[in-house]
Amino acid sequence: MSTDSVNNGKRRFLVASTSVVGAVGVGFVAVPFLASWMPSERAKNAGAPIEADVSRLEEGRMMTVEWQSKPVWIVRRSEKTLANLEESTDQLRDPASENVDQQPEYAQNMYRSIKPEFLVLVGICTHLGCSPTFRPDIAPADLGEDWLGGFFCPCHSSKFDMAGRVYSGVPAPTNLVVPPHYYVTDTTIIVGKEGGNA
Amino acid sequence: MGKLLGWVDDRFPLMKMWNEHLAEYYTPKNFNFWYFFGSLALLVLVIQIVSGIFLTMHYKPDGAAAFASVEYIMRDVPYGWLIRYIHSTGATAFFIVVYLHMFRGLMYGSYKKPRELIWLFGMFIYLALMAEAFMGYLLPWGQMSYWGAQVIISLFSAIPVIGDDLTLWIRGDFVISDATLNRFFALHVVALPFVIVFLVIAHILALHEVGSNNPDGVEIKKNKDSKGIPLDGIPFHPYYTVKDIAGVAVFLFFFSVVLFYFPAGGGYFLEHANFIASDPLKTPAHIAPVWYFTPFYAILRAVPDKLMGVGAMGAAIVVLFFLPWIDRCKVKSIRYRSVVYKVNLIVFAVTFVVLGWLAMQPVTDTITNLSRLFTLLYFAFFVVLFVTSKNEQTKPVPDRVTS
Repeated sequence: MSTDSVNNGKRRFLVASTSVVGAVGVGFVAVPFLASWMPSERAKNAGAPIEADVSRLEEGRMMTVEWQSKPVWIVRRSEKTLANLEESTDQLRDPASENVDQQPEYAQNMYRSIKPEFLVLVGICTHLGCSPTFRPDIAPADLGEDWLGGFFCPCHSSKFDMAGRVYSGVPAPTNLVVPPHYYVTDTTIIVGKEGGNA
Repeated sequence: MGKLLGWVDDRFPLMKMWNEHLAEYYTPKNFNFWYFFGSLALLVLVIQIVSGIFLTMHYKPDGAAAFASVEYIMRDVPYGWLIRYIHSTGATAFFIVVYLHMFRGLMYGSYKKPRELIWLFGMFIYLALMAEAFMGYLLPWGQMSYWGAQVIISLFSAIPVIGDDLTLWIRGDFVISDATLNRFFALHVVALPFVIVFLVIAHILALHEVGSNNPDGVEIKKNKDSKGIPLDGIPFHPYYTVKDIAGVAVFLFFFSVVLFYFPAGGGYFLEHANFIASDPLKTPAHIAPVWYFTPFYAILRAVPDKLMGVGAMGAAIVVLFFLPWIDRCKVKSIRYRSVVYKVNLIVFAVTFVVLGWLAMQPVTDTITNLSRLFTLLYFAFFVVLFVTSKNEQTKPVPDRVTS
């Protein structure tokens, strides 16, 4: 082939169009590989609702049940604890639970629960996913005199009150999540499913 | 022998490569202690690959079997304990060597023109190494594996809009699970080692293209003899191969001391909580990453805001990439730089260590305040460097290397 008859414009066009088509092809091939990282059908089907019996839960105590491999806490709060929830609202980031992603509608109240007595929470910190520690003790040495009981995350020291509401000035951005739940009897809670009592 | 070599050389550039990278690669004659760590990093890479291959032969990347298979390696596989401790000690050794190697670069300005790309390849190696270490740490499937991965993967949830979907995609499940373990295993043993080896080759090719820096920061290629050989250069082989072997002997001595007497490193190399099987319901009371991540973890913990905290931690690593352009001083070596630079670098080194220590302490107000102070000092290094390096009061740089 003689070089003087080369059509450079045509050559550039062919190189560019081949590259574009090739890049689009690579993009399409990447899709199944990237999509394979999404949760499988098996993973999506796991995590059925669970039942928790709270009849033997004493006042001031917490029990943990497992739902979708996550800890779910159920705390039975005393009258005094409930009264304390009204005290420190000025130190909280979202005292009225206005962030609707963090709880179902029926738990969007002062106590963040259906029955004020029982608090149901997903025990995963909204910062980086550690499971906070239950600290119901009032004014312990390590948490300061203002501490009215609540949850303390050992990983990055986020603090939540006895309704799972986040304090301001800590790394966690939002309140702890209240999972969908309902009561089948007075003392039996189904966690992971919406019931008719909402 | 000579005939065989000739036969190969006619078909493959064997002697050409040998000469280019070893026998006729001219290296400054004034290398000191700090120049051991490049070749040592290469040695540790080989140790990790070999010990890793053998661990893979006994390990089970399965959420139900992983923890038990590591116990099996430790107790039942002949010399399994040794191979596993070589691998875990190697991880710590890798970061010690790499941190010293990077500090050398800072001291002697090895990242400066014309060596910017060497620094960038090196930073990508460091990044890949952090990913490799993090994913490897999930595999024993202990408490620290699980909750460490939970925290690190959750870092991505701080990204606005796509954050939650991104973490779901990384985990492959709604929590850290078998799916996560399986893909981390694939990345740890296949994908990332390839990336690291490729980057190491690029790092060395870039180095051999421009030539090595030295403690005086003088370009030896400026003074050549009649044959074009640098006057201050000596062939890498046999001079530095022999020197590096001496370094290897000393290194292996310390490596063996840890390996045989302190394999868990007092809880710093293998954390105590990781001898308990992972439990998705309970976070260990005191959680801290392995030592080599702690300086960045302290920065994360210092900021009382999720997005800003993750951003600050990311920035602490990203800013290192830009060092060749942040440091605007033409003089390379610390030997001929100003007192300001010397003090700045010492403060930076101390800050890095103190941040690492702070991250391992349980959170109290004092620790948080100190973390904030030292986080500021960490970033202050780059600000001070950028501002002062433009018109720095430097000493005259000699024309030839000094010793």
